[in-house]
Amino acid sequence: MERGYKKRRPGRQIPSDEVITMENVTKAYSTGAPALNGVTLHIKRGEFVFIVGDSGSGKSTLIKLLLRELVPTDGEITVLGYNLKRIKHSKIPKFRRNLGIVFQDFRLLKDRNVYENVAFAQRIIQTPNREIKRNVPSILATVNLAGKYKSKINQLSGGEQQRVALARALVNKPTILLADEPTGNLDPNNSWEIMKLMEQINENGTTVIVVTHNREIVNAMKKRVITMKKGVIIEDEEEGMYIDED
Amino acid sequence: MRISSFFYTIGQGFKNLGRNKWYTLASIATITACLFLFGLFYSIIKNFEHVVKTAEEGVSVTVFFNEGITEEQILVVKSDLEKRAEVREVVYVSADEAWEGFKTDYLGEYADGFTENPLADSANLQIYLNDVSMQEALVTYIESIDVVREVNRSEVTATTLSGLNLLIAYVSAGIIVVLLLVSVFLISNTVTMGISVRKDEINIMKYIGATDFFVRAPFVVEGILIGLIGSAIPLVIIYFVYNHVITYVASKFTMLSSLLDFLPVETLYHTLIPISLCIGIGIGFFGSFITVRKHLHV
Repeated sequence: MERGYKKRRPGRQIPSDEVITMENVTKAYSTGAPALNGVTLHIKRGEFVFIVGDSGSGKSTLIKLLLRELVPTDGEITVLGYNLKRIKHSKIPKFRRNLGIVFQDFRLLKDRNVYENVAFAQRIIQTPNREIKRNVPSILATVNLAGKYKSKINQLSGGEQQRVALARALVNKPTILLADEPTGNLDPNNSWEIMKLMEQINENGTTVIVVTHNREIVNAMKKRVITMKKGVIIEDEEEGMYIDED
Repeated sequence: MRISSFFYTIGQGFKNLGRNKWYTLASIATITACLFLFGLFYSIIKNFEHVVKTAEEGVSVTVFFNEGITEEQILVVKSDLEKRAEVREVVYVSADEAWEGFKTDYLGEYADGFTENPLADSANLQIYLNDVSMQEALVTYIESIDVVREVNRSEVTATTLSGLNLLIAYVSAGIIVVLLLVSVFLISNTVTMGISVRKDEINIMKYIGATDFFVRAPFVVEGILIGLIGSAIPLVIIYFVYNHVITYVASKFTMLSSLLDFLPVETLYHTLIPISLCIGIGIGFFGSFITVRKHLHV
């Protein structure tokens, strides 16, 4: 996936262990102040990073930029060697196959069962049936849902639905897992269960980036914490804490 | 594309019909209603056109020749006229045939008093046209031939039929354009409604890394199937309604049967089936293709 050192403009070369590089990234919408304002960020392969901050701090915009759902107004973003400002529209699907994404509202297909929801991610990238039949039960076992593969989505609890979403994000073996408020709709027990799964995934080599408001989890997990406010990074600490500014 | 992906796409197109029952029913009903109206007007217009065409075929121009002309000379003129594009058929009526016809039509037993043919100079050519609007040009040409004495034609009939033909062309074009515009409007609304319900599904596919083709293909297959069903239903309904109506009119209004010569349903369907299927499938295809495109930029 990664393309080692790649020449960029201006100057700096990207180290081969860096999976995400943002240099002076600004994202402005047509009205109001910029959602991101000159953000510089480097994330290495295998890191577990929390991105925290109040509503309107620019966290969601950051995730959308990393997914190439948005294009920066200024600055450069390189993810796994892909320059997201210059990438061709036809190359975006191939780029996104390196990412796993988990949303707060799960975004599962309610008219399909657990197995079909996970297999859906594999079918989209045209994985052969033989491999789908091998991979899906295996990933469902990882998220402790092997016994519920036939269940419809509306028969599952919130925590189980998020585990299905996690399985769907992981089944294609992404290099980076992006989670946008993954515990936002869950009770504390289920939230911890999801975070433990993510930690386990991270230990297996996947870079994990979690956008969250959950102070308790952030402070307990002792991971890198990037704090944002009004579109800028105000703090970036290894084993950081989510400090209540109020 | 892998074969398994191809069949998956086709399968998803079929499954989508069931997954979105109300949307599917609404789309099929819209296309059915539009194509039913289209088929109905098409049948009426085609029959009207057929009646006018039948009337046109009866219209002829009769050409009489100067005294003393030989049959060979008339046949040369006949041969020349047959080469003209607007001429469908030229019938040579000899003086004897003209007299026989006259006797049968008007004289009956009183014809016995005639020992010679009083219509000796009445050998003529009866010309039937492909298009009555060309009658005037043909008459001008015939009148310029030396051996021609007189040309008989009915200008009123020709003008009326030409006018009717033009009217049918305008009316049918107008109705078809209006129906198509209404169809496109209704169908695009229905498709937009259906796609917005599935916007999340399209978004998820795009986030996971589906290509535009892979996202679009099941929706397009679904659109084509809806178009196919939506065009087949009115064809079946019109088939039975049409047969019922022409049988009813023929049995109840026998006086009209000589005037109204309905087209057989097979003749009508020879063109109506391909047109309806093309419109239905085309609307389904382009409707889904264009509407999905709006949601692909995720």
